Amino acid sequence: MNELRDNSETGELIQYIIIKIDDEQYGINIKYIDNIVRMQQITRVPKVDDYLKGVINIRGEIVPVMSVRMKMGLSEDEITGKTRIIILKSGEGDLVGIIVDQVNQVLTLDSKNVEKVRYDDKKDKTNGSFVNGVGHYDGGLVSILDLDAVISEKDSKEKASNAG
Amino acid sequence: MDVSQYLSVFLDEAKEHLQSLNDNIMVLEQDPENEDCINEIFRSAHSMKGMAGTMGYTRMQNLTHDMEDVFSDVRGGKIKIKSADIDVLLQCLDAIQGYVDNITENQDEGTEEHQNIIKALADIRNGTSGGGDAAPAAEAAPAAEASAGGDAPAAGADGSSDYRAIKLDPSVKSTLEEAVAQGKKIYGVTVHIQESCILKAARGFLVFKGLEEIGEIAVSDPTTQDIEDEKFDFTFSLIVITDESKEKVEEIVKAVSEVEGCECGEFDLNGAKNAEEKEEAPVAAAPAAEAPKPAAAPAAQTPAAAPAAGGAGGKKPVGKPVVNRTVRVDIEKLDVLMNLVSELIIAKNSLISAANTSGVSNGNVNEQIEYLESVTTNLHESVMKVRMVPIESVLQKFPRMIRDLNKTLNKKMELTMTGEDTEMDRTVVDEIGDPLMHLIRNSADHGIESAELRAQRGKPEVGQIFLHAFQDGNSVVIEVGDDGNGIDAEAVKNKAIEKGVVTPEQAALLTEKQCVELLFHPGFSTAKQVSEISGRGVGLDVVKSKVESLSGEVTVRTKLGEGSTWVIRLPLTLAIIQALMVIIGEEKYAIPLDSIQSIEDVTPSDIKLVENKEVINLRGSVTPIIRLNEVLDTESTKSTDEDMVVVITRKGDQSYGLVIDELMGQQEIVIKPLGKYTAKCKLISGATILGDGEIALILDTNSVI
Repeated sequence: MNELRDNSETGELIQYIIIKIDDEQYGINIKYIDNIVRMQQITRVPKVDDYLKGVINIRGEIVPVMSVRMKMGLSEDEITGKTRIIILKSGEGDLVGIIVDQVNQVLTLDSKNVEKVRYDDKKDKTNGSFVNGVGHYDGGLVSILDLDAVISEKDSKEKASNAG
Repeated sequence: MDVSQYLSVFLDEAKEHLQSLNDNIMVLEQDPENEDCINEIFRSAHSMKGMAGTMGYTRMQNLTHDMEDVFSDVRGGKIKIKSADIDVLLQCLDAIQGYVDNITENQDEGTEEHQNIIKALADIRNGTSGGGDAAPAAEAAPAAEASAGGDAPAAGADGSSDYRAIKLDPSVKSTLEEAVAQGKKIYGVTVHIQESCILKAARGFLVFKGLEEIGEIAVSDPTTQDIEDEKFDFTFSLIVITDESKEKVEEIVKAVSEVEGCECGEFDLNGAKNAEEKEEAPVAAAPAAEAPKPAAAPAAQTPAAAPAAGGAGGKKPVGKPVVNRTVRVDIEKLDVLMNLVSELIIAKNSLISAANTSGVSNGNVNEQIEYLESVTTNLHESVMKVRMVPIESVLQKFPRMIRDLNKTLNKKMELTMTGEDTEMDRTVVDEIGDPLMHLIRNSADHGIESAELRAQRGKPEVGQIFLHAFQDGNSVVIEVGDDGNGIDAEAVKNKAIEKGVVTPEQAALLTEKQCVELLFHPGFSTAKQVSEISGRGVGLDVVKSKVESLSGEVTVRTKLGEGSTWVIRLPLTLAIIQALMVIIGEEKYAIPLDSIQSIEDVTPSDIKLVENKEVINLRGSVTPIIRLNEVLDTESTKSTDEDMVVVITRKGDQSYGLVIDELMGQQEIVIKPLGKYTAKCKLISGATILGDGEIALILDTNSVI
């Protein structure tokens, strides 16, 4: 899972997919993305955590789909025409889908322009534990999603208690 | 010769031969006169010697060679195997196993010579040969070992086959006479093939082919057919009619690789002595190849008896074991094949649903689809079968283990096994060996009481350990148990408190069953003294986690003073199953067909309440019913006064009814894993992709109940 962490020490250019969750923009390093699919019917799995919405069929493979909103402690997803499922490649090669409200653009950031968020800073923000960096670009700021945290099996409450 | 490419084949075969040796020696212990067994041992030892020689593992070769010698004598009736000898032989096997293990690890056999075992083997031969006429043989054996160079004359005098001994029938004789009249020369040739040679028949064939280019082969001993079938030891003779010189003939024969040497001489038609030329081949090549064959030893010492002794030892056809024609295939290739079959079945299901939805209900299309369906089903079954192997391969080593444990633990125990032919997926069979071994050791060490205690308790002197394997629905059950002490729940509880696994307060609340379950807690061992047998740091928790990693479960039944039984239940790991597709709420689920007994229509008025649980009376037996929509947190689409569809399934001896909303029908489904995120949900054992790309979850009826 460690490989999911961004390595921003070098001055290389990294492409990020910019997504929108609630009103905030987040960046996901493109190399962890397998695929982006439209919202489709999700097969519910009973007796699992709320944020785990179910499973979908990606090229014959069963892929679990989770709601980032639920994980962050936000309200239930509102499915619109812009809702997408981003299929991420996790460390062991398994695929995991996350539901996002909107996919905006692809952004290339110099890693020098990405500031790492220290753990001290995270405490203040409610959903800060899902962010591990902030990127600067012409149009403003974008939070870089900590994919490890997003797709971990813990939900936000546990996460919060761990952080505190 | 670079033999590394054969290494895996060598190891596989070596293991098989070792297992066969182990089994047969065990049988021999019970029945020392069993000729089939002796022959089988001889053949295995012989093959292993050859294989080891080819691969250049000389120490292993020497050891197997000596073992072969022993059995050669046994076969010849010179000695009989006594029970004390069995120990030596088993030690010898362990030593060979040691070599094989070393080779597996670092492709080197190691440096252990096992002189003591070699000596012990020689003693077996000496010990009994004293009285008989085989004394020279016994002397010869060590000598032969010492001089690995195996004196050439010894090999030459090897009486198993010699051109001078070829018998001529009249027709051949007349052919030869004719040839002589035409001025052609007749040579007798005796060819010695290296003992390490694997393809004797092919070498023989090459010799024949070479000689036929310069002349005509009048006769051979053994016959051409026998040579092609490898029905000869390492020597064969022939008579060739040619215009060429003797040197030319020799050159041709020696040009064939793995031919150790040949003797060639002019064949005297009148049977007069032709002691003239007895060309000895230079035998300086691979020392491995030179250990003279067993029959050679007595022959060398007692030349007079050579033809007779040689005949007895060498000409006796080494009967071929009945071999199944098999191909070794990498399991990964099978996995790929299996995946492809799965994809094919999904594609077939898609085709069926596409044909239905697009309204192509042409009779011909349906016919073809049905044909496709039967082909894919057969294909799947065949691939499954390829992956299934009898559990026997892991059970084989246990009788030997118990025998050894008898001695180390100084207890009398007997192992009975049933259901060795129960088939399981290869991957599961490979993994289950260690847990089973642990349970058996556990029974032997902790279960079976000491002889005195057994006598006190009025139990038979010999402790019984049993292993039963059988298929139960779509799982395989393996029971390992004993008639020993059973598990003392109190002792377990006290130990658990002592080790801090539970607090005394917690312990007080535990039922007896729960106490026993504590045994599966990591790092738990009730053995009062750590013995060599258990107490290796491998606890029952390892057994449990191993079994669970194979998605199986392990439980224990025990009665203090009467014994305990460990029950391992494993899924058959069928990747493709027949399932009943059902609708519950708005969702589609698959229920494995194997777990279903029947499907019933039940009117709501038939439901009775027993202890506040809903039951129905199903043909006289009270069957609890479970509303799946409640279990799965969905809304039933049916109103409460409608008739219900109930799927009857079974757990243990009890039947249960599962209430569903609607039946969709039977379908062949491909099981896909759900991944770790959804592992929390025990009700679902996997998922499958339906023809239209939709996902249906597979219900694990056992956990639902």
